[in-house]
Amino acid sequence: MALYSDQVMDHFQHPRNVGKMDDADGIGEVGNARCGDIMRMYIKVDKDSQTISDVKFNTFGCGSAIATSSIATEMIKGKPVTEALKLSNKAVVEALGGLPAYKLHCSVLAEEAVKAAVKDYYDKNGIAYGDELKMDCEHCTACDSHQDAGSKA
Amino acid sequence: MQVYADNAATTAVSKTALDAMLPMLTDCYGNPSSLHTVGQKAAEKLSAARETFAKYLNAQPAEITFTSGGSEADNQAIVSAGAIGEQKGKKHIISTAFEHHAVLHTLKKMEKRGFEVTLLPPPENGVITVEQVKEAIRPDTCLVTIMFANNEIGTIQPIAEIGALCKEKNILFHTDAVQAAGHLHIDVQAMHIDMLSISAHKFHGPKGVGVLYARKGIFLTNVIEGGSQERGKRAGTENMPGICGAAAAFADACEHMDENAAHMISLRDKLLTGLAQIPHSIINGDLKQRLPGNVNLCFEGIEGESMLLLLDEKGIAASSGSACTSGSLEPSHVLLSIGRPHEVAHGSLRLSLSEYNTEKEIDYILAVMPEIVNYLREMSPVWDELEHGQRKHQI
Repeated sequence: MALYSDQVMDHFQHPRNVGKMDDADGIGEVGNARCGDIMRMYIKVDKDSQTISDVKFNTFGCGSAIATSSIATEMIKGKPVTEALKLSNKAVVEALGGLPAYKLHCSVLAEEAVKAAVKDYYDKNGIAYGDELKMDCEHCTACDSHQDAGSKA
Repeated sequence: MQVYADNAATTAVSKTALDAMLPMLTDCYGNPSSLHTVGQKAAEKLSAARETFAKYLNAQPAEITFTSGGSEADNQAIVSAGAIGEQKGKKHIISTAFEHHAVLHTLKKMEKRGFEVTLLPPPENGVITVEQVKEAIRPDTCLVTIMFANNEIGTIQPIAEIGALCKEKNILFHTDAVQAAGHLHIDVQAMHIDMLSISAHKFHGPKGVGVLYARKGIFLTNVIEGGSQERGKRAGTENMPGICGAAAAFADACEHMDENAAHMISLRDKLLTGLAQIPHSIINGDLKQRLPGNVNLCFEGIEGESMLLLLDEKGIAASSGSACTSGSLEPSHVLLSIGRPHEVAHGSLRLSLSEYNTEKEIDYILAVMPEIVNYLREMSPVWDELEHGQRKHQI
């Protein structure tokens, strides 16, 4: 389908690191079912090196939501936790060879899911972190971007 | 296997329609407004096409206006009825919450022009009752516009009863029959329909052609100004290949309506019954008052677009919600209007059949759907929560 790039279709059809993780060190969940997408990301952290030794995801959503989750797990696996935090939605979009404009919020969700998982890990282990990890759910605009896209369609 | 099951979005042009269209591009290329023989030959074809639509709708040829499609016909019908109402100081319109956007957005425009619009909420079965219409009628009601059959859930509305009510109350009645025309019997006299919209590409005609039937005496307001084509009510040189293809397709559909419907209903019911076996699924729309080719269900815990992509990968063309809104993630206004929660509405699937579909294709869809639903559910955190009691099943 020409709607999506080959990379998006590849990650949608063959999602990497999909599944649950029972012994996760950090779990992050973003989005809501009402808006049509939820991403849940699980990370396992190697305590000595502070690197992400394993990552899994579960996603409810459209093709691009599944693809962005999948590629985000690949982009942070084996990386130091601090580096995973630098994953931007832009990098996710680029790695997927682009996304339709009205699907860009999926890449934002992927970035937020990684951050939420790391935050959960930090919280559980008493590791201090800065304001950039303080989630601002009150002012989340993920759903607004859906509605904007809808009114243009 | 390739299965086209998105006939409510559009249909393949039939050989009958194509055969009627091609000569209009080659030999009979004249402009029907021209005085010479080449033009008059085209004018004869135009008259014949008009007569075809009139015949199968039980209307008069002069009551048929060709448009660019169903949307234009809907626009013109509502704007015209509004203008007539306004002259009498009547500025209230009754419609439903699950109309096509061609109607809903035109009604929004009318609201900006000072009209009041009542949108009737459909009951869960998706069939508006004549009592609902009756209760909404006010002394200043100038128009009732209610679709013949819903484009997403396929439910057929009690058009004849609503028509009789509107006649009794002396209120104009328009119906968007885009999904019904060529599939259900329509008699504008018996059903007391004042205005009706048709789109040719929903019954194996070409895209870009529509029909507005308007009862004699109803003054139409132009949507497109210019030349005197269509008795001055719709300017622009007629789309002759399209109009001739539309007429041929309509005649074909009406002549074979009962046999086509019987075939489609048997496939539809097999598909509905089979898909409803998937746990935590629900059929949308009444089972009996339903278009012969419409199948629509919601599956809990998964999202429609990913279902469509996986079906497409298997060669099956389907849709989720209306094709017009597929660029949006907002769930279908139709499913929300019949009370489906947002979460459930996101997981909708519409399969719309035509007489070209076969039982083998239905068996194929029934074979691949459970694995697609299971695959997406296994990936879904929502399904995980539903299965572990952290979220309540809604269907």
